Amino acid sequence: MAVATDLRPAQVRATAVDSRYRRGAGRWLVLAAAVLVGLAVLAPFGIMLLNAFKSPQDYAANGPLSLPSGLYLDGVVAFWERTEFPVKLWNSVFISAVVAVLGALLSLLNAYAIGIGRVKGRLWIIALFLLANMLPQEALIYPLFTMAQSVGLSNSQWSVIIIFTVIQSAFGTYLLSSVLGTFPPALLEAAALDGASRWRILWQVVFPIVRPTLSVLMIFFFIWTWNEFFIPLVMLTSNDTQTIPIALASLQGDRMMDAPTINAGSLVSLVPAVLFFLIFQRTLTRGVTAGAVK
Amino acid sequence: MADTVLTERRSRADARPRASRGTRRRRPQWVGYLPYLLPGAVAFGVVIGYPLLTNVYFSLFKWRGGMAPLRWNGLGNYVDLLGDDKFWTSFGNSLAMIVAMVLVPTLLGLVLAAVLFDYLGRRFGERVSSVLRATYYLPQILPVAVAGVLWNWILNSQTGALNVILRGIGIETPPNWLGDPSTALPSVMLVLIWVQLGYPVVIFMAALQRVDPELYEAAELDGAGWWDRFRAITVPQIRPETFVVTLTCTVAALKVFGPIYVLTRGGPESSTLVPSYYSYLNFFDKSQVGYGSAIATVLTLVIVAVALIILGLQNRAERREREGV
Repeated sequence: MAVATDLRPAQVRATAVDSRYRRGAGRWLVLAAAVLVGLAVLAPFGIMLLNAFKSPQDYAANGPLSLPSGLYLDGVVAFWERTEFPVKLWNSVFISAVVAVLGALLSLLNAYAIGIGRVKGRLWIIALFLLANMLPQEALIYPLFTMAQSVGLSNSQWSVIIIFTVIQSAFGTYLLSSVLGTFPPALLEAAALDGASRWRILWQVVFPIVRPTLSVLMIFFFIWTWNEFFIPLVMLTSNDTQTIPIALASLQGDRMMDAPTINAGSLVSLVPAVLFFLIFQRTLTRGVTAGAVK
Repeated sequence: MADTVLTERRSRADARPRASRGTRRRRPQWVGYLPYLLPGAVAFGVVIGYPLLTNVYFSLFKWRGGMAPLRWNGLGNYVDLLGDDKFWTSFGNSLAMIVAMVLVPTLLGLVLAAVLFDYLGRRFGERVSSVLRATYYLPQILPVAVAGVLWNWILNSQTGALNVILRGIGIETPPNWLGDPSTALPSVMLVLIWVQLGYPVVIFMAALQRVDPELYEAAELDGAGWWDRFRAITVPQIRPETFVVTLTCTVAALKVFGPIYVLTRGGPESSTLVPSYYSYLNFFDKSQVGYGSAIATVLTLVIVAVALIILGLQNRAERREREGV
């Protein structure tokens, strides 16, 4: 925050300097180049929007760049019914939400011991967590697959929830430990003097203060779990347990998939992620930076 | 810094006449926090530690999976890997993934972030630069499987948008982008650049916020052009973030699975095969679990080694910088 207020006057000054010294056409060229990159990024989305509501005949006759001649909803309907979209949507929401809550809880407990408890060997513990975060899921999947089978969790969403709770909390522990490492000791001492137990200090002193960080973590965990592909692909084998990305990908080989169905399906599948992003954009951008600065 | 706080807290706590029970006093404070690590320790043991070791164990056997018997093979699977062309192809393609997910996005992202922050942001206002930044970031927020399915259709040789457009402007036989071994890998790389570009831009722009603007002003007054400032100020100032981006993206590039699965399934003729997909293929398609485990183990070792190298380089760069000052 302090940085932002420092920046302002300097930038105003810089703008004044710029307008005095630079009026060339160069800046328009640079803007055009940056906008061109932006258009290249947006192009696939545009093509998707143009073709999601276009009939196959219209597509065959006029190609992908024309505006649809009429509103054709069969693609959306076909995708919606073929994938039983409401079921998939609920599965994705359920798995991601439970992982977000449990992952944040586990991160908090770990980070409380590491950041505030300063347990011995904490650097090694954090290194282990970071390592866990980097492991390829392929190196875990087959044992996890057989373990899930042996405890009756094959094709169960709970197997996916347990796995992602742990994987996400590896990052959460790392981030939250460094946040709690700078926790004001005076607060803790005051609480300890009042005779509060560690458990009460955690929930009544630490938790309220780190709640903003926890909410960023939960948004992260939700989106990351939502977008996960490999582990749900292996663990969730039937229609009633699968998530949206798996449902969309499994339609791919289908010969009945025409252009509008694919585009409508992609559109419908990315709407929840985009909505979620727009709602939490501010919290998120803060979170992205929090993750970047060590 | 952290340690001074710690000792301070301890000494103050010791100086305080505490009505603690005798047993408590001898134990160091941190021991009381160990129960809070217990759930995490158990969960990590079960979900990460045990499976990781079991995977290495599986890699020492020939096993068709399920109820089939495990037959001891020693290091046989690893010896087979050395002579397996597909294995080498898959790791060769990992280099292409690093170019597409690390090299190009980081370099391009660095330039774009600097242009947005220090050129366009000042000349056209912050609104323009933040809209452009959000645009670049858009592909990052959608599920990678969705991006893959969309691109798979766009690049489809018969009905895909790209080839329909190309035929429309008179190119009779446009390339079969994902179906031809010579164009499949470059096509996949382009998709990955598209997916990845926004991440470094966002991180670098955040990093530039903390660079002292007076550095730029002073340089500008001294007559330094944009390129001079970029080289002498921007790049060195945001080196820590560059390392973080390089590390996370390199690990992601070595692990890449989803885009390959939805775009090409490693084909055609293994031209886009990557280690993660190759191990998946052995696990669940060819029922060669031991061999798949060996690939996954090698991939794990490569990732850890690469990560350690990058962290080592980062430490050295930091040390050199401190000595330089």
